[in-house]
Amino acid sequence: MAKIIDDETIENVCILAKLALTEEEKEKAKADMQKMLDYVDKLDELDTEAVEPLTHIFGSDNVFRDDVVTNGDCRKEMLANAPKAREWQYQVPKTIG
Amino acid sequence: MKQYETVIGLEVHVELATKTKIFCGCSTEFGGAPNTHTCPVCTGMPGSLPVLNRQVVEFALKAGIAANCRINQYCRFDRKNYFYPDNPQNYQISQLYLPICQDGWVEIETSAGKKKIRIHEMHMEEDAGKLIHDEWEDCSLVDYNRSGVPLIEIVSEPDMRSAEEVIAYLEKLRCMMQYLGVSDCKLQEGSMRADVNLSVREVGSETFGTRTEMKNLNSFKAIARAIDGERERQIELLEMGRAVVQETRRWDDNKESSHAMRSKEDAKDYRYFPDPDLLPVHISDEWIARLKASQPELREEKQQRYQEEYGLSAYDAGLLTESRILSEKYEETADLCGNPKKAANWFMVEVLRLMKDRGLEPEQVTFTPGHLADLIQMVERKEVSAQNAKKVFEKVFEEDIDPVSYIEEHGLKIVEDTGLLEETLQKILEENPGPLQELLGGKEKVFGFFVGKMMKELKGKASPDAVREALTKEIEKRK
Amino acid sequence: MDLDKLTALELAEKIKQHQIGVLDGVKYVFDNIEKKDPKVHAYLETWKKEAFTRAKQVEKGIADGTYTGPLAGVPIAIKDNICIRGKKTTCASKILENFVPTYNAEVIDRLEKAGLVIIGKTNMDEFAMGSTTETSAFGVTRNPWNTDHVPGGSSGGSCAAVAAGETFLALGSDTGGSIRQPSSFCGVTGLKPTYGTVSRYGLIAYASSLDQIGPVGRDTADCAALLEIIAGHDSKDSTSIDRKDTDFSKDMKGHLLGMKFGVPKEYLSEGLDPEVKESFMNALKVLTAQGSIVEFFSVKTMEYMIPAYYIIASAEASSNLERFDGVKYGYRAEGCTELHDMYKRTRTEGFGEEVKRRIMLGSFVLSSGYYDAYYLKALKTKALIRQEFDSAFHKYDVLLAPAAPYTAPKIGESLKDPLAMYLGDIYTVAVNLCGLPGITVPCGTDKKGLPIGIQMIGDCFMEKKILRAAVNFEAGRGAFPLAAEGGKKA
Repeated sequence: MAKIIDDETIENVCILAKLALTEEEKEKAKADMQKMLDYVDKLDELDTEAVEPLTHIFGSDNVFRDDVVTNGDCRKEMLANAPKAREWQYQVPKTIG
Repeated sequence: MKQYETVIGLEVHVELATKTKIFCGCSTEFGGAPNTHTCPVCTGMPGSLPVLNRQVVEFALKAGIAANCRINQYCRFDRKNYFYPDNPQNYQISQLYLPICQDGWVEIETSAGKKKIRIHEMHMEEDAGKLIHDEWEDCSLVDYNRSGVPLIEIVSEPDMRSAEEVIAYLEKLRCMMQYLGVSDCKLQEGSMRADVNLSVREVGSETFGTRTEMKNLNSFKAIARAIDGERERQIELLEMGRAVVQETRRWDDNKESSHAMRSKEDAKDYRYFPDPDLLPVHISDEWIARLKASQPELREEKQQRYQEEYGLSAYDAGLLTESRILSEKYEETADLCGNPKKAANWFMVEVLRLMKDRGLEPEQVTFTPGHLADLIQMVERKEVSAQNAKKVFEKVFEEDIDPVSYIEEHGLKIVEDTGLLEETLQKILEENPGPLQELLGGKEKVFGFFVGKMMKELKGKASPDAVREALTKEIEKRK
Repeated sequence: MDLDKLTALELAEKIKQHQIGVLDGVKYVFDNIEKKDPKVHAYLETWKKEAFTRAKQVEKGIADGTYTGPLAGVPIAIKDNICIRGKKTTCASKILENFVPTYNAEVIDRLEKAGLVIIGKTNMDEFAMGSTTETSAFGVTRNPWNTDHVPGGSSGGSCAAVAAGETFLALGSDTGGSIRQPSSFCGVTGLKPTYGTVSRYGLIAYASSLDQIGPVGRDTADCAALLEIIAGHDSKDSTSIDRKDTDFSKDMKGHLLGMKFGVPKEYLSEGLDPEVKESFMNALKVLTAQGSIVEFFSVKTMEYMIPAYYIIASAEASSNLERFDGVKYGYRAEGCTELHDMYKRTRTEGFGEEVKRRIMLGSFVLSSGYYDAYYLKALKTKALIRQEFDSAFHKYDVLLAPAAPYTAPKIGESLKDPLAMYLGDIYTVAVNLCGLPGITVPCGTDKKGLPIGIQMIGDCFMEKKILRAAVNFEAGRGAFPLAAEGGKKA
C-alpha cells in the first residue's frame, strides 16, 4: 500500500518545491500524487535487495578541467536578464541575517 | 551544582587555493567588483553545466592524506537542495553519500598534553555567493563572485571538550593546510570558517546530550566566546529542568549571544541525490602514491629537522615553524648567512616583534631573506654595530632595502682604519684633561667614561672592542 | 522544382550544383510557415529577415569553400529549450518568457559552423514535460496531418514543422520519447542518440541523466547527416563522450541479410491499438523480406519502466527547475516584499500545471523518509531494466517496437488524466533509462490518415546498426509524403 498523501505531506512538498497552491489545487495535487504513488508501488514487486542502484549510465573515466582561468567579465549581459538589479548585483527582497 | 562536560565537534570549511572555481573557469581572486568573476555556470544559468577542476581533487586528496584519512577511491557528487539567493541553482553541489576522504585524525597539543581528534570525513563542495543587506532600500543584493569557489568541509568527530582544544584543532588544521599549500586559511577573508556542534552532559555520562550547531564564527576569539556562551546557555537550561532543542544558532559576536535560526520555510530536508551532471571520480592507487610522494614536509617534520640540523631547541623550532611562510624565510636566511642560530634569534626577536607591532600576518612579511642574511653577516664581521643593525633591519623589514649599500651610504659602517679612531681619541683626551689625569693616576673607573664618549662621537663606526684597544694602548703610551 | 519532395541532403546537393539557391530553400520554408503556421503553430518565433541575410552569407560561404558540409544551406528549426545567444529561449514556459541567453548551446555552434540556416524556435511541452505539446504556455501545436489532433510531444513543434514543410530539419530533445513519439505522430523521422553523443551544454535540462538532443528530418539519411554535425565531444559537458565513430552516414546502405531483430512480445499485448499493431506487423514483413531475422522475446521489466522513469525524471526535474526563482532571470511575481513569498508566487505563477505536478512528485520522492522507497528503488529498477536490455543485445542487433500505443490523440483529450498520458510513453522510456539510441521511422497511417511510426532501438553506440535498418526499411516501404492539409494524402 502506498503512502497516504495527506494535507501535511502536500504542505511539506510545497515548502520544499516553493509552490503556493490554493485549497482547491491542493486537493487536486493530493489526488494526483496519490494516484501516481499507488501506481509506482508496482516497483515493490521487484526484489532489488542485491541490486546496485544505477546512477550513471557511463562514467568509467574521470572528466576534469584544468585549473586555468578562461572566463572574463560578462556581468553586463548576464545582469540584463535579472528581473531586478542594482549596483551590478541581483536584487532580492531582504533576507534575514 | 552538577559537573558538566562540554562535547564539541566541528565542521570546518576551508577554501582551496585554486586559480579557478570548482566547476567553471572563473577566477577565485578575492575582492573583485561585484559579479565580475561570474559566468553562466556559477550563476546557475539554464543549460549551463559543471565540469570538475582537477586541482580541487588533488588538494582534497593532499589534505586527506595529511589528516590520515581513508580515501574513497570511487567518490561522487550529490546535490543538496535548498532555496536561498546566494545559491544560484538553489542546490549546492556537495558530497554526502561517497565523500572523498573518511576516517582520519589529527593530533593536537594543549596545556593538558597531546590528544587525537578523529576526522569523520572531508568532502568537496562549492561555496555560495555573498549577500549584502541594504537597510535603506530594504532589500538584499547578491554578488556571485564567491559562488563556486572550491571548499573542503572537514567534519570532526565530537572529540573536543573545551574551547582550548577547539582552538588547538583549528590552529592545527590551518597550519596543515598552509603547509600543504591547499589553502591560505584566512579567517578574515572567510577562507576558513567553522561551525561548532556543541552539547553538554554530566561528567561520567556515556551518552551525548542534545547538540546545537552554531554558525557565523569568523575569528578564533569569537569561536572561544561562542563556545563558552553556548555551554553556559545549555547548562542553564538543564539546571532549570528544560531541554536543549536541536537547532542551528547564529552567534552575534557584538552582543556575545546567539539566537536560533528558524523559519517555517526552512524545511531542513535537503533531498540529497547524486548529481547527474557530474561523473563519479575514480582515484587510482597510482594517483594516491604520487601525491603521497610529493607531500611537502609538514610542521612536525620540519620542527624535528631544525633541532637536528640547526641545533635549535624544541621550543625555538616550534616557534619558527608555526607559519610555513615564515619558516621558509627563516630557512633561506639561515642557509644564506650560514648561522642558523643567529638567524633564529633574529626571527624570534626582531621579525616577530615587528610583525606584532605592525599587526602583520606571515604572508604580509615581504623582505628578502638574503638581505637579512647580509645584515647578520655584517654584524658577525663587526662591520656594523648590533644597535645599528637593528635599526637597519627595520628598514629591511619595511622597505626591503639592501642593507649593505644602506649602511655604506649612511656612514654606519664600522671603520677598521685607525685614522678616524686615532683622531677622535686625541680629541676626546684633549677635551677632558681632568678625567685623563685620573685615569693616568690609575682610576680604572674613568676608562668606561672615555669609551662611552668615544662611542658617542664615533656614532657606531667603530666597535667597542676597537675603542677599548686603542684607548688602552694610548694610556700605556702616556704613562 | 517541387521542394516538398526533396530531402535536406538532396536540397544541399542541388545548392552545391547551383541548381537551386540557399535563399530558395529558405523562402520555400517561410512560404509554408506563412501559409500553415497560423493553424499549426509549430513555431514560437521565426527570424525571416535574419534567415534571409544568413542565407546570402551561406551562399557565399559555400562558393568560397567556408561551408563544405553535406547540409550547408539547409534551413533548420530549433526546439525552444536549446539556447541561442541573443534569442529568447523560453522552454515554452511563462517563467522564462523573457530569458535571453548570453551563450549558444554547443549544438548551435556546430550548426553554424556547418552552414545551416536557423529559421526559428519551435513550440514544445513546457520544459519538455508532456507528450502532446499542449502544456506549452504559449498555445498548443496542431498536427499538420489533422489539425484537430496533437502532434505528440514534447518536441511537437519540431516534428510538426518538418511534417508541414515549414522546415527541412529540426532539432528536438528526447528525455522519455520526446523525439520518437511526436515523430511517429507527425510521420517524420526522428532519432534519439546514445546518451553522451550530443553535448547537452545549452540544453535547458529536464532530467539530466536522460536528456539527449537529436535530429528530426524527412528521412533517415537526413537524420544521420544532421547527427554527424551535432555529435562529438564537448569539454563543457562532463557527460559528453569522446566517440570516434560519429561518421554515422557511412555504411548505412549495407544490406540487412542476417541482421537479427528482436521484438519484445509484451509490447504487443494489451493496450496497443489494433491499427498500430497491424501497421507494425506489416513493417516487420518489410524487414524479413530483405533477408533479416525477426524474433519475439520476453521483457519482464516492462511494467516497471514507466514507474522507474517518472520517479527518476521527476526527481531530477524538481532539482533542475529550482533555479527558476525570479532572482537571476525570467519571470518574477510583482510586488513581493518577502523572499519566500517571492519564490512561491514566482514559481506558482510561472510554472504550468504539469510542471508543478512533476516538481511536487520529484520533491516528494527525494524527501527524507521516502528517498530509499522511491528514488533509490527506481535506480535499482533502472539497473534491472538495463540488465534485461543488455542480454537482449547479446541476441539481437536491433530491437523493434511501436513508438506509441496509438496514433495522435485529439487535442484536449490527454491532459484530463495525467497517469493515462504517462502510460502512453511505455515504448519509449526504457531507451532513455538505458542510454540507448533509438529512431522512429514512419511505417504507415491509420484509417483516419494519421501516421504510425516504427521504433528501432540499438545497443549503446550502435547508431549505425539502427540507421542501416532504417534506411533499408525505408527502401522497402517506399516514399512517405509530407503532411497534406486535411491529412488525406497518405
